[in-house]
Amino acid sequence: MAAASTPTSSPSRRGDDLRSSRGRNAKDRAVLTLLLLATAVSLIVLSVLAFDILGDGVGRLNIDFLTQYTSRFPDETGIRAGITGTLSLMVLTALMTFPIGVGAALYLEEFAARNRMTRLLETNINNLAGVPSVIYGLLGLSVFVYVLGFGRALIAGALTLTLLVMPVVIVAAREALRAVPQEIRSAGLALGATPLQVATRQTFPAAVPGIMTGLILSLSRAVGETAPILVAGAIFSRRADNEPWHPFEAYTAIPIQIYDFVKRPQSEFQIEVASAAIIVLMAILLLMNSAAIIIRNRYSRNI
Amino acid sequence: MSSTTRPEKLSTPSGQPGSPLISSRPRYGEKVALALLWLCAAVSVVTTVGIIVVLFTEAIALFNIPGVSVVEFFTDTQWRPFTDPESDLFRLGVLPLLNSTMMITALALAVAVPLGLGTAIYLSEYARPRARKTIKPILELLAGVPTVVLGYFALTFMTPLLRRFLGDEFVPIFNATSAGIVVGILIVPTIASISEDAMSAVPRTLRDGGYGLGATRRHVALKIVFPAALSGITAAIILGFGRAVGETLIVTLAAGNLPPSDLPAVNPFQQVQTMTAYITQAVGGESPRGSVTFQSIFAIGALLFVITFAMNLVASRIVRRFREEY
Amino acid sequence: MKRSILRRTALPAALVLSLALTACGGGEPSANEEAPAAGETAESDDDSEGGGEMSGSIEIDGSSTVGPLTDAISEEYAGVESGVTVNLGISGTGGGFERFCGTGDTQISNASRPIEDEEAAICEENGVEYTEIRIGTDALTMVTNPSTDYVTCLTTDELISIWGPDGVDSWDQVNPEFPEEPLEVFAPGTDSGTYDFFNETILEPNEIEAPRQDFNASEDDNVIAQGVIGTPGSWGYFGFAYFQETQDQLKAIEYDAGDGCVAPSVEAAQDDSYKLSRPLFIYVSNEALAEPHVADYATYYIETVNEVIESVGYIPATDETISSSAEDLEAAIKAAG
Repeated sequence: MAAASTPTSSPSRRGDDLRSSRGRNAKDRAVLTLLLLATAVSLIVLSVLAFDILGDGVGRLNIDFLTQYTSRFPDETGIRAGITGTLSLMVLTALMTFPIGVGAALYLEEFAARNRMTRLLETNINNLAGVPSVIYGLLGLSVFVYVLGFGRALIAGALTLTLLVMPVVIVAAREALRAVPQEIRSAGLALGATPLQVATRQTFPAAVPGIMTGLILSLSRAVGETAPILVAGAIFSRRADNEPWHPFEAYTAIPIQIYDFVKRPQSEFQIEVASAAIIVLMAILLLMNSAAIIIRNRYSRNI
Repeated sequence: MSSTTRPEKLSTPSGQPGSPLISSRPRYGEKVALALLWLCAAVSVVTTVGIIVVLFTEAIALFNIPGVSVVEFFTDTQWRPFTDPESDLFRLGVLPLLNSTMMITALALAVAVPLGLGTAIYLSEYARPRARKTIKPILELLAGVPTVVLGYFALTFMTPLLRRFLGDEFVPIFNATSAGIVVGILIVPTIASISEDAMSAVPRTLRDGGYGLGATRRHVALKIVFPAALSGITAAIILGFGRAVGETLIVTLAAGNLPPSDLPAVNPFQQVQTMTAYITQAVGGESPRGSVTFQSIFAIGALLFVITFAMNLVASRIVRRFREEY
Repeated sequence: MKRSILRRTALPAALVLSLALTACGGGEPSANEEAPAAGETAESDDDSEGGGEMSGSIEIDGSSTVGPLTDAISEEYAGVESGVTVNLGISGTGGGFERFCGTGDTQISNASRPIEDEEAAICEENGVEYTEIRIGTDALTMVTNPSTDYVTCLTTDELISIWGPDGVDSWDQVNPEFPEEPLEVFAPGTDSGTYDFFNETILEPNEIEAPRQDFNASEDDNVIAQGVIGTPGSWGYFGFAYFQETQDQLKAIEYDAGDGCVAPSVEAAQDDSYKLSRPLFIYVSNEALAEPHVADYATYYIETVNEVIESVGYIPATDETISSSAEDLEAAIKAAG
């Protein structure tokens, strides 16, 4: 069949770059165009979004915006409480997610027997990663705010976000552990270490960069979440800083403040102030993602 | 790496001379440590159990309120949770909310599947490595945009755009289409990235075989790689579906606050209220615990959980079943 | 081996820590940073540098209508007493009372209606005594698109035909003198206090239980405004604050409750001739008044509310109301010790 390949449609010469896109066939070209278009749409949307928001918000960005609290006057509003709230939530969530997430990943990857129960655990974790974030909010509201009695406090929000982020961290940590070459484990065992010692002193340290990357990326997802903390009791306006070491106080966060600004009557709030807050949020996210990528690139060569 | 025979009397890190590879002495510290690790893994189970217990107990409390019936919940076509349950006007049927959620999800998938798969095929089969390296992070960036920002975008950019092109009379300020399209854009990176992974995992030999037989890149991409990666692609779409169903902020801001009253609602240019939007509305409102409004939040949440959980199970089953094929 | 673990974990951990430290660094000089914010405020009469001796925190929750007003007062207060933290939620009037009377975790409750009997009973059951303070009025405003020039005033009956359960779809069915133009309704959602109030005022006295079910509903009054602005033949309603912000883009409709057409305005709301006026209250827990910072805040509230309220978009209570509330508050503070 292919021996009689038509000259017009095949890169049939040896030495031809297999990936050369010299599709002379009109169909080939049409398909390529469609695919390029599809890819371009996401990029276009992102650019439009960026330009729109930057255009509206950049004028409001100054030190005052970052250091003042909210006001009824658009010109005097700042998102200080949102920033400290978001950062505090992030720190608390990271502190709780890291040990539990890594512990679970270590167990599943290094110690668990390949039996039914393990598979059940794994399926469970994968499913939890797909549960809508608002459900975690409901869980947080019921358990942390009401039953455990923390009220609408920072710790309740952080616990809610921890549960939200945990499955993703576990999956990422497992990937990182899996990427550690088996030789490292074997070498440790060969030298007489117990599996636990190998895991904690050899495998885990080697996987730390990957784990940190996963942790930071998951945290950056949590930072942008509005629904779970909205449901679990974040407030819109606060005139004090949230610090991680005061976990039982009321709190707000940047996404919540954005939601608030959009609902206010004055158009300056809805457009300029909201956009400025969005820019700050995106800047934080970009910083986190860049940190994750730097870590990933820098340390992945060392293994 | 060849294994070497263990010399006798080798000193282990614990300093015990001659200890075997796996210590025969009980090490209690280790047992405790392992138990701790197991506990960490068990947290996930506790979470799932917690979700189920919370959602379903509060949901059942809803049906214990006089005037609310389970049958009606699943079959009635009106959703009026804010009236007095004992009055005649009270109707608590989840179908309008379900209809809305499905409409948004359908719109989102209609947008995201072509765009996502197109992007995935391009990145996997056509793009040069450098293009891939630049585009993938940008896609990840899109995935990282907070939904409140996208909701804002839907309301302030997409809706006016639709109104300008299709006319003000045809497109109300709140409509499912703006929200649906933007939810689609939200899930494009999910579908694209997982599909692309699935396609990259297809062995190179399959492609080379195709090229060697004279197939064009298009042929190889669409007729060889794509079918081979189908299980992963299906899983990607199902995951995208799950994300669309669970999306909250975009629909709250852009799709409106009133569930459709004429079911089945098929016109995408009307106001809808999804299950998730209802939860946001009811949580922020004046509902005391024990009231229909408050308990209904959990009933809707339970339904939402069941749907997404089922979808995820289906996705993992598909992946597992088809993965063995080559 | 241990050293390399340290080295490897160092950079990532440092990044996480540096983010934590940023939160720490933002937290310290709160006293000084408040002063510039208050100093630039045009309305503020305070020229203190923001020191103050009070400290503590106050939990406030309740109506999302009164919320912005309380927030504005808190903003001014922070310029005077920066050591006091005011946490403000907007769970709705009912939700606020539930926290105030039921769980007792708020000291002040914002309300856009008087406390209901059932709620008062719960307060009594739990031993929560309170002082009711009227702080202003919201004039619910009905609006329409500027091009709908035939509508300037609507009677109760006309409103019932627009908003009632058999809501009509065109203006000529509202009033035969109006042209046959399609009627498009925009209103707050079924969960909102504004919606409840409108129904209580227009529908309930006429024995009508519920309004029409097919309208453009939104929690967000901005969106209602946008809807009305963009749709000829539209009809909508929301709080006075939103009307003030958009008054050059849409038109207010006068309301005839039987004594003639009255337009929403400060005077009409104050002398009660505009019947769609909603009273705004704060309820202060008497027990909480024993704490100096709560008493100080509540006193400040009454003293400053009339200076601030118009900038938020509501209508000031009359001076008599304010002074009698001030007296009530003083008495409660004295009684609490």
